[in-house]
Amino acid sequence: MIKFILGRLSYLIPTFIGITIVAFGFVRILPGDPVLLMAGERGMSPEHYQEMMARLGFDRPIWQQYLDYLWKLLHGDFGNSIVTKQPVLSDFLTLFPATLELAFCAIVIAVVIGVPVGVLAALKRGSWFDQVTMTSALVGYSMPIFWWGLLLIILFSGNLGWTPVSGRMSLLYYFPTPTGFMLIDSLMSGQKGAFASAASHLILPSIVLATIPLAVIARQTRSAMLEVLSEDYVRTARAKGLTPRRVVGVHALRNAMIPVITTIGLQVGVLMAGAILTETIFSWPGIGKWMVDSISRRDYPVVQSGLLLIAGIVMVVNLVVDLLYGLINPRIRHS
Amino acid sequence: MADTTASKSPAPGTSRQMLAEFWFYFRENRGAVYGLYVFLALVAIALLAPLLAPHDPIIQDRGALLVPPFWQDGGNANYLLGTDAVGRDILSRLIFGARYSLFIGVVVVTIALVGGIVIGVVAGFFGGWIDMVIMRVMDVILAFPSLLLALVLVAVLGPGLTNAMIAIAIVSQPHFARLTRASVLGEKDREYVMAARVAGAGNMRLMFRTILPNCLAPLIVQATLSFSGAILDAAALGFLGMGAQPPTPEWGTMLAEAREFILRAWWVVTFPGLAILITVLAINLMGDGLRDALDPKLKRS
Repeated sequence: MIKFILGRLSYLIPTFIGITIVAFGFVRILPGDPVLLMAGERGMSPEHYQEMMARLGFDRPIWQQYLDYLWKLLHGDFGNSIVTKQPVLSDFLTLFPATLELAFCAIVIAVVIGVPVGVLAALKRGSWFDQVTMTSALVGYSMPIFWWGLLLIILFSGNLGWTPVSGRMSLLYYFPTPTGFMLIDSLMSGQKGAFASAASHLILPSIVLATIPLAVIARQTRSAMLEVLSEDYVRTARAKGLTPRRVVGVHALRNAMIPVITTIGLQVGVLMAGAILTETIFSWPGIGKWMVDSISRRDYPVVQSGLLLIAGIVMVVNLVVDLLYGLINPRIRHS
Repeated sequence: MADTTASKSPAPGTSRQMLAEFWFYFRENRGAVYGLYVFLALVAIALLAPLLAPHDPIIQDRGALLVPPFWQDGGNANYLLGTDAVGRDILSRLIFGARYSLFIGVVVVTIALVGGIVIGVVAGFFGGWIDMVIMRVMDVILAFPSLLLALVLVAVLGPGLTNAMIAIAIVSQPHFARLTRASVLGEKDREYVMAARVAGAGNMRLMFRTILPNCLAPLIVQATLSFSGAILDAAALGFLGMGAQPPTPEWGTMLAEAREFILRAWWVVTFPGLAILITVLAINLMGDGLRDALDPKLKRS
């Protein structure tokens, strides 16, 4: 098992170095001189220009600049935003809980609905339930989620007036946010109605972000279940006279869950891409909207480090899922 | 009985017989057939757009701003699906938009498929350090969420439809490279490859004439998935203002322009998105059917 973990880790290091090269190279290939870009409209004298080049290290060979960049990253220096002048890392840490809360709710919705639906559809293969849910899953999988979000806003915020159009919290409430999760902080504040406000802001974005993972998980669970149900050990369990509930719940489901867990892990990348669109539509103050805003404001230090941090998170989560997979899959655990 | 059926079907192993077998399994999947019909209809609409569209997709009618669809109060038959905020006919824009979406799908899949096949065949065929370097580079591309990487690439290259297509092709290419490599690894030590090598076939011939045709089935399925994915991603980039630029009647760009009117004019938002959904759904239905028809493992069950 330890060998397995070390193997996975050693596999990640070249990928991570590659990611830093991409993030570093991205700013290099941008059109325009970085120093002149910083000077803006005012311009600068040739002496000042030389000085700035030297101070920022742009006069040195490119590989030295890269090693410098890597050295800073290792010390937690991700550069400063051109717009807010704040360290990128601190902006990221301020905004990340909003995305995490949204992504967490989305994945909970996707798993809690997707897995039972997939299991039932497999058990009742060919029934109307199977057909309706799997057709819906394919529609969900094909959904342009930015449009889906707008439709939900038209229906629930516009026509019915049930949910707010944007943001995380009504301005009527103000309370400290120690955890960064509005659902928890609003409860802790003890203010009446604060939790309901947080939940009503969260519900539509969560549904939108959950749509594609839900469809993928339902389809994957169904096909994993179908595969497992035709295995010999399930037939043996049935022949032993075990109750159908035990056959499905213990023998089939446990084995079917192994590929499904990998699928759930892979949804983290999907959630990050989805967060970009969902947060833009609902003006959700998380890292997805932050990235889009920074790209349109040409705040390149933020884009560069944001890209790196998001890829890093996706990689770490995929590693954790891989390890979890090793833990629950006896074939890997015992090898 | 056996005689008549045998005489009707072409000799086994010929391409006609393979096609017939493929169609037999594809037809089993009703959804796939519907998907195919819708897709063919979309291709026809895209090709015949100038004949079908009642209006020019770019010309603005200042006397008819935000006209609702014909069945609603205030709507008229001149603008069947209504007009947008500057008085352009939505139906005509949707019809011309089909051209962009299908064009985007074809271009992206062609670039990604050709690039991925070449890279994957080289990696799988030569192995060793070439394989290792190529696959690590693919891992790096796949480590980024695809839409985010495409967004950043477009920011570097400059917003626009061409750059958006290049960016999407780059981020979807590793899937083809990985699939090709995996199939090539499974095929390259087979006897027929050895036989071809002994017969004097060069590396190029072995890679692309001998091995590649036996690796195509998973690639075809991936190509349909990437086709619909490319349409979705291009629409998303258009929606974020990084894809096709206004006044291009691209569906994602139309949605971006419509956003501020969502609570006033539902039709400017609803129809472009519906067009994207129907197109992507039709292609995904076809993809499901292709997978069932091409995957021998599923055929048994």
